[in-house]
Parts: sequence; C-alpha cells; structure tokens
Amino acid sequence: MSTVTVIDPTMTATREIEFRDALREAMSQEMRRDPRVFLLGEEVAQYNGAYKVSKGMLEEFGPRRIIDTPISESGFAGMAIGAAMMGLRPIVEFMSWSFSLVAADPILNNAPKMLYMSGGQFGCPIVFRGNDGAGGQLGSTHSWCVEGLYSNVPGLKMAIPSCPEDAKGLMTTAIRDDDPVFFLESERMLGMKGHVPEGDYLIPFGQAKVRREGTDCTLVSFGRPVNFCLDAAAELAKEGISCEVLDMRTIRPLDIDSIVRSVRKTNYCVVVDQSWSFGSPGSEVASQVHQHCFDDLDNFVHRVHSADVPTPYAFNLEQEYLPNARRICEAVRSCLYRA
Amino acid sequence: MLSEPSTSRPFDVHGKPGERTSAPAATGRRDAVDPALCRQWLRDMLMIREFENRCMQQYQDKKIGGFCHIYIGQEAIAVGCTAAVRPNDPIVTAYRDHGHALARGMAARHCMAEMFGKIGGCAKGKGGSMHMFDREHHLYGGHGIVGAQIPLGVGLAFACKYMDEVIDGQPNSRVALAFLGDGALNQGAIHEAMNLAGLLDIPCVIICENNGYSMGTSIHRGTTMGHDIISKAIGYGIDGYVVDGMDVLSVYHDMSAIVEKCRRESRPAFVDMRCYRFKGHSMSDPRKYRTPEEENQYASDDPIGRLKLHLEERGELTEAVLKEMQKEIRDEVREAIAWSEASPEPPMSELYHDVFVEPHGPFNGTSLPQMLQGKDLR
Repeated sequence: MSTVTVIDPTMTATREIEFRDALREAMSQEMRRDPRVFLLGEEVAQYNGAYKVSKGMLEEFGPRRIIDTPISESGFAGMAIGAAMMGLRPIVEFMSWSFSLVAADPILNNAPKMLYMSGGQFGCPIVFRGNDGAGGQLGSTHSWCVEGLYSNVPGLKMAIPSCPEDAKGLMTTAIRDDDPVFFLESERMLGMKGHVPEGDYLIPFGQAKVRREGTDCTLVSFGRPVNFCLDAAAELAKEGISCEVLDMRTIRPLDIDSIVRSVRKTNYCVVVDQSWSFGSPGSEVASQVHQHCFDDLDNFVHRVHSADVPTPYAFNLEQEYLPNARRICEAVRSCLYRA
Repeated sequence: MLSEPSTSRPFDVHGKPGERTSAPAATGRRDAVDPALCRQWLRDMLMIREFENRCMQQYQDKKIGGFCHIYIGQEAIAVGCTAAVRPNDPIVTAYRDHGHALARGMAARHCMAEMFGKIGGCAKGKGGSMHMFDREHHLYGGHGIVGAQIPLGVGLAFACKYMDEVIDGQPNSRVALAFLGDGALNQGAIHEAMNLAGLLDIPCVIICENNGYSMGTSIHRGTTMGHDIISKAIGYGIDGYVVDGMDVLSVYHDMSAIVEKCRRESRPAFVDMRCYRFKGHSMSDPRKYRTPEEENQYASDDPIGRLKLHLEERGELTEAVLKEMQKEIRDEVREAIAWSEASPEPPMSELYHDVFVEPHGPFNGTSLPQMLQGKDLR
C-alpha cells in the first residue's frame, strides 16, 4: 500500500457523524474523484438504501452510477465482476451479507481468482459491502457472519470496521484497492456516532489499532465485537485487570506483527470473533499467536466466539449467543487463572 | 427464422424445428462473401480441427492434464462469430474454449503451452484447458463453472456501455459476446443475467452453442422447452434467433446482422446456435448415450466440408491450395507442440504470484512462500 497517504485525524476539526454517513461520505468522495466508481445493489437508489447508507446518492450521481438491481445477487455480483475485469471499479451492496450466499460462485470463484487464473492479465478491483453479523433478532438465515467462510479464500481482502472513523478510512482504501475487497459492516452499528475526519481519509489495510492500552492481557478483535471488548476491558479494570484491546480493522491482510508485539508484553491473549469457532479467523489468529509467541505465553490463547449453534431469535438467547462483554470477562479471568 | 435447420434428417437432437415461427426474419444472404475471406475462415476452421485432433493425442500421451473439452464439429461458430464482431468487442466463453481462443487470434503455441502447464501458456500455465485468457485479443476467459460466465459477459457489455456513455459522453460502440452451452441453460446465473441485460439495456449477445447434449444428457432430458430455447430469452424481453451453427456463412451473416442491431439499439440478444459436438463431452466420455447412426449423420454435415463445398462449387478453391493450406496448418500445430514442449515449467515463484496485484500481496497463510527466503513475520 505504498501509494496510500494518511491524513492525521488530529489535524481536522472534530465532527461527529454516524457510521452510515461515514460510509456514504467515503463512497461519494471516491465517486466524485473517479468516474469508474459506481454503486449497485438492491434498493440503493430510489429507496435511498435499505439502511439509508446511500441516501441522497441517486440525486447527486444519477441512475447511471447509482443502480437499483432486482433481487438477484448472483446475477448482479457476476455482472459487477465482469465490469471490474474491464477496468471499472464497482461497489456492490449486499443488503445483508447473509444474502451473498446465493452469489457465492461469482464472489468466491471469480473475483478473488481472476487475476491468478488469467496469469495476471485480468484483475478485479471491486468492493462487496453490506451488513454482517447477528444482533437484530433476525433469526438464523439473516444473521450470518461470513468472515469465517470467506476469509478462507486467497486473493481477497477483508475489512471489518468497528467505528465510524474506520468505516470511512477503510472504505476509501477499499475503493482505491486494485484487488477485491469484502467490506463487512454491521446493521447494529450504522447509527453509531463518532469523530470522522473530513476530506480524503485513508486507513491502510493490514494495520491494527490499539483501542485501549493495557498490560495484563491482549484482547484481539475486529468489527462490532471490538466494542464488546472495550466494555469488558472497562469492567475488568475495576477488578484490577488491565486489558490491551487491539482492533485488527482488516483480517486479510492480518497484522500479526501488532498482535505479537502486544502479546510479548502481556503474555496472555484472548481472541474475540463473532463468527463460529470451527475454522474461523479466531482460530487462525490463535494458531499464529501460538506459533510466534510460544515461549511468551503464560496460558494458551483463549477464544470467545458466537455460540456454535444457529442464531436464535429470542432476545435473551441471541444476546447470550454473541461474544458479549460478560463472556469476554469470563474468558479473560479464566485465561489469567483468576476464574 | 434466420436459417431453418433441415427437416429431412432422421436425427435431430434439437427437437422439432419449425414449431416456432416467431423468430425474426433472416438476412437471406449466404454467398456474398469475398472468396479470400471465405478461404481464411476455412483455414481458421481447419486450424481448430487440426489443433483439437493433436490436443487429443497430447492428452492421451499425458502431456495435458485435468479436463479437456474438444471443439470439433463446432468450429463454424467460433470462426463465424469472431468474424462478425470488431476486434475490441469483448468475448467470454465456457470451458470448451480452445476454438474461441484460436479464432480470436491467440497463437496456437500459447494455447497449447497453457494446456501443457508451461510458462509460455496464455496464463503462464495457471489456468489450463478450461481457462484461456487473452487481454490483447479481448478474450475474457474460458470459465469452468457452467453458466457463470454469462453474468460476466453481461458485465463486460455493461462496462463498455458505461465507459462510452457515462465516462466519455459518447454513444455506445461495443458489443460483448457471451457463449454458453445448452447444458448451461438451466443454471440460475443465466436467467439472472438475462433479466439484468433485458432490464438495463445491456448490449450483450448471449450465444447458446446448442449441441444437443449437456454432457451425456440430451437437451430433451434436461431442459423444458428444449426444442425452442429462444422462448426463454423472449420471456426476458430479449430478441431470440435460431442460427445454423454448422454453416459458417450462416453464422457470419446472421451474427453480423444480430451484432449490429445490438450495437445500434444497445440491446441484448440471444442466439440458439444449433450445432453438434463430434467428440465426447470431455476426453473421458465414451459417448454411449448416442448412436453411431446419429453421429454419422452429423459427421456428414461437417461445417468444414460444407464450406469446402461452397468454395469448390464456385471454383474458389483448388485442390492444390487446399493441400498447401493443410500442410501449413499441420506444420504450425506441430511447431506449437514442439514450442510448448520446450517452454519451461512455471518457476516456483509463480505459485505465489498474481494472487494480489502487489507482486506477493499481503501474504497471510500459515506456511511462508519458499521464495520469500524465510522472511520472518516478526
């Protein structure tokens, strides 16, 4: 990412906007900058976006660049990939990543493999984005965390922001990236407000951010569960446990260096990942930490995932299903032999 | 109909021709082609035939691995269709793709070397028989998953139109060709793509190379309305045409008319290109699902034979010219095989190249690439 310029957010005035506004700001700025960028998906234009992420964009950019598609994920994802092969830079909105499963063939078999299979002739600069994860009582079919499934595939990048500032910075980087980027948002966070720098703002991929410094245990997470980790760290601080919270921001590429640096300091590591545990980003992180920090660890890496069951509807069951702050606290205490 | 398949044959794998009468009118032109151009097409078709025959030998000699799908019998389609479009009109096809690659202008050596898994292959040996890509000749791949290339083809056409109209403010100038086999007709991706193409006025010509068999399943065992597949496109508001894919002149004339209509109106089209696959689905297919009588009937209707006859009847092809042409082609394919044999295997560094646009990308795996010389992540 040598071409990326990062503007220091402290240089701009403090301004609080919602997560969805940050996403829109990044997309709109890039569309003004580059006519090859366009947005397509279900209800993105006239309806202003099912979750109002693309609100007002039709008005500014017109129907040729903000394109309403039928409910036809496999078709429009494949069409966008063809357009990307020709050199356009599509942004494909999946209303929910849960619906991307019917487009698994184009997004997994075509987008990330095209460059390799063509011997470097045809790349695929495309962004797939949408809501990911449980928490809205939508039942099992609409609550997918696709990071466990999709991060397994080589050739794609995966960004999972945890706050409005990162939503903008990572989205801008995603649109300018020449490789396919899977961008995982959370419907639960779209209304979250936070400071977001104005103007061009890029966050390089593969650079984790320390959300909270600490000395006793490293918490590694990404996306919405970073916020659960911060809640857990505040709770554990009352017990005298100092947690360092690392927000990976992208899991492909994975900034293992930052994790290793932190774990060498704390000697304990808990990974918090809202996908299911078997064959997940969390298990990958744990494996890599064991590989690189074998002599530094004072206990094995503990993991907190969504429960290994289909996502339940009932509010109480769903809250318990998620890698919530209480379950994180329990894992940290157990890891530190304080259970 | 543009060109009515003969009804006098005892075998007709496509069903009951003539049942449908709603197909648009024919161009009616069949012989108004420059003889030199006709001889070039004959050469191109003979080239594909010879290349494919030698491919089968190389496959049997285990020089070619994986799956290998032979185009023999369908040469008129790739040759006639590429002749009917402009060189910068993008093309995408399925896995029976050697013919399209050669017709589009890929050198035989690069096509053969790809199958040999050599660095001289069109994709450096990383794609194989089913995945021929050629940026220079606007060939956006052979694709291995049945039907998956049609949304891509619609996307290619979408991009052409977007670049011309939205970015450059000019009228659309290009048309994309997206090929599929009749075995792909029942994949959801095709139908989603046709809906989008019809809805968004996308200038993509979807060409169904209808050879009557989806692997070993005849079209009537796998496809409802198999005798009238253009009805599927018509249901999506897309004009459908039936074309005799065994006759390169029909293919050329009909496709020229269809392509120019799509270009002019910036609309999609669907073509039922009726043909017959002379060999099996792939190299491992014993063809027990069809009779020798049926095969012989279609073999006697060979598209190469038909073009030869057309030229000979008009005194535009002499025995000497044909012999010379055949000799040149044999030499060229022989040379392509020797060149492919001599081409080195891809170096091990290629294993990790082209995963990302950055040379080695943000490598994330659990075993470090060998050529990174053990660079530690720490």
